[in-house]
Amino acid sequence: MRIALFTTCLVDAVFPQAAVATVRLLERLGHEVVVPAGQACCGQMHVNTGYAPEAVGIVRNHVRTFAPVLDGEWDAVVAPSGSCVGSVRHQQEAVARRHGDARLAHTAEQLAAHTYELSELLVDVLGVTDVGAWFPHTVTHHPTCHSLRLLRVGDRPTRLLRAVEDLELVDLPDADQCCGFGGTFALKNSDTSSAMVADKAAAVTSTGARVVTAGDWSCLMNIDGALSRTGAGVRAAHLAEILASTRERPWAPVARRAGAGSGAVTP
Amino acid sequence: MGTRGTTRGCGQRGRDPVSGVPLGMPAVRPSPATTPEDPLRWGPTFPAAAHEALADDRLRANLHRATRTIRDKRLAVTGELPDWEDLRDAGAAIKADVMARLPELLVELEASVTARGGVVHWARDAAEANAIVVDLVRATGAREVVKVKSMATQEIGLNEALAAAGIDAVETDLAERVVQLAGDMPSHILVPAIHRNRTEIRDIFHARMDDAPAGLTDDPHELAMAARSHLRARFLRAEVAVSGANLAIASTGTIAVVESEGNGRMCLTLPRVLVTVMGIEKVLPTFGDLEVFLQLLPRSSTGERMNPYTSMWTGVTPGDGPEEFHLVLLDNGRTRALADDVGRQALHCIRCSACLNVCPVYERAGGHAYGSVYPGPIGAILTPQLLGLGDAGRQGAGSHDPTASLPFASTLCGACFDACPVKIDIPSALVHLRERATHPGGVAAPTATTLAMRGAAFALSGGTRFTWAARVLSALGRVAAGRRLRWLPWPGSLWTASRDTPALPAWSFRDAWRRRKGRS
Repeated sequence: MRIALFTTCLVDAVFPQAAVATVRLLERLGHEVVVPAGQACCGQMHVNTGYAPEAVGIVRNHVRTFAPVLDGEWDAVVAPSGSCVGSVRHQQEAVARRHGDARLAHTAEQLAAHTYELSELLVDVLGVTDVGAWFPHTVTHHPTCHSLRLLRVGDRPTRLLRAVEDLELVDLPDADQCCGFGGTFALKNSDTSSAMVADKAAAVTSTGARVVTAGDWSCLMNIDGALSRTGAGVRAAHLAEILASTRERPWAPVARRAGAGSGAVTP
Repeated sequence: MGTRGTTRGCGQRGRDPVSGVPLGMPAVRPSPATTPEDPLRWGPTFPAAAHEALADDRLRANLHRATRTIRDKRLAVTGELPDWEDLRDAGAAIKADVMARLPELLVELEASVTARGGVVHWARDAAEANAIVVDLVRATGAREVVKVKSMATQEIGLNEALAAAGIDAVETDLAERVVQLAGDMPSHILVPAIHRNRTEIRDIFHARMDDAPAGLTDDPHELAMAARSHLRARFLRAEVAVSGANLAIASTGTIAVVESEGNGRMCLTLPRVLVTVMGIEKVLPTFGDLEVFLQLLPRSSTGERMNPYTSMWTGVTPGDGPEEFHLVLLDNGRTRALADDVGRQALHCIRCSACLNVCPVYERAGGHAYGSVYPGPIGAILTPQLLGLGDAGRQGAGSHDPTASLPFASTLCGACFDACPVKIDIPSALVHLRERATHPGGVAAPTATTLAMRGAAFALSGGTRFTWAARVLSALGRVAAGRRLRWLPWPGSLWTASRDTPALPAWSFRDAWRRRKGRS
């Protein structure tokens, strides 16, 4: 298949290793990955902060960039983020209809039907659960609220993880509880957010896992930030990073030192 | 015994449990400390109120234990029904139909109630509703009324209005009585005293209940028995009762109250005069609709298959129950909410409180942080709409309005939407109300956030622009050289208060991808 990668703005600029891993994984499975150059952001942050009218330009850019999938240019669009796909599916059309124009809304709705979160693409579209990965670590999985309740990805991520060679998956207590990120909530309601992520970090630590994973770097950034602060020693890795890991090219925690950057992110 | 207004600050000291001799125990401190003027808007903004609540370890422990217990009970009794999702769909559809033809249903309800000997009153706001009830009670000459637990009368501050007219309103629901005796505001829709544990309740009874038995312990059974005998005396002498309504049937004029303790049944059957204050959104078209809601409500609310008491009455019946029945139909901002095509679903709420019990924000901040008798996720979308958030020219609006902070008091995790028995899409309504809050009168408010959002919108609405924005971050990443920051200046300090920053990369993905394409 020809698959267009919607990197998402956060992954592109802050966690490029997740996009690198997505490319590596899909190419290893025999697919061609295209990264449309015009892409930027889905608009979720603006919409969720109360700035839907200001998000129309962002939505328009996203829809314009990925609309070729509707003409068969690519077979599908994939993003390594449950919440960004949630925004594409559940917000863009409504934002366009209320504040933009009917044609944009119509195209956004069609585009949403061709856009998949990574675990959905792998399991539902590509029909694969064993991706041939090797990850010799103990892992616990945080399902993330938008993957769980907005996209209903269900057990797709854990089915993929269980098929990984030498990976030991341990249950996360209170897994369905929000980590407290919530985008700008983390700043606007900093105290409540901190209390929530402290509980999530404690739950992660209690599992004894070496790595915590999720399908969304935004939630992971929050959990990883709290774990780093407490010096827990648990590392965070996106689901794509685990699935991309093989005996030949094993996962290594990103240790970004000066000069190491280009090596770390070249697919 | 007094109402909240008169009890507050009367400062009876604690008594020795055995001798009844004053001990000099600290008097019960009401929560919040001062009586709010407006039951829908009190206290500071949500973040400020939550900051204080989070520091109260006992409150957090009480809330954690109580919400988890009800949550598990609800999951057990909703999970056992094979048609639970169909019931939710039916409930949502009936409510959507009611909202679409609310005026005609209310007129039908008025005609049905009147035909069966009841009297219907229409109240545009809290002041009108309170004046109607005060006049009705005054006309009977009664100085005391017994009350069935009711959110509508909490919302309008009826007890305080009655107290101002020299009438003592006695709450008869156990937890509501605890709240009233303590001089508190309710912090939960179903269990209003959830912020108090049993030891505190013992102290409240000791300090504020004149007929509390000496030697009362914090054993729940003992506490319940003490309240029971305290209330029994008031049921038997009551001339007038005031209730809310869970449901009202337009075609028959039947009103229903569902409850667990039986105190409601006493109020609804013993007194000579019954006054019911009901939000206009509670009307249902036909008696058959009860089939749906009498399954949805108890299972979602107390986590019971069926509530112990369901009381229904239709007008008056000579020789059986109250001789006089008045129904006060309350608007108080509801038609304002109805005018909002996204927000109006808040009016579908049946006050079960399932959304409170599953909300991770409510669990930590508690009900009082919402500054309204309607706390939790539903309160965060209902209160601002009842008050007209973001409406042009609205009184009390502006950036310091605590109500404007309520739609932001959520991570949008969606647990409330999943729990709601009538499928209110609370996350979408929250997002919509955030827009109303940031765009009062339809225009973005001139704030620092607006400025930042406009700047970000520019950078994120084109591939080339974003490439340059990402390069700024990469440049910072090269300077930071893989280090994670433990401190940032404001507003970054709000993040670094509890979390390290990520280590910024030296290159964005798009630049790395461009190099790869260049090589191939």
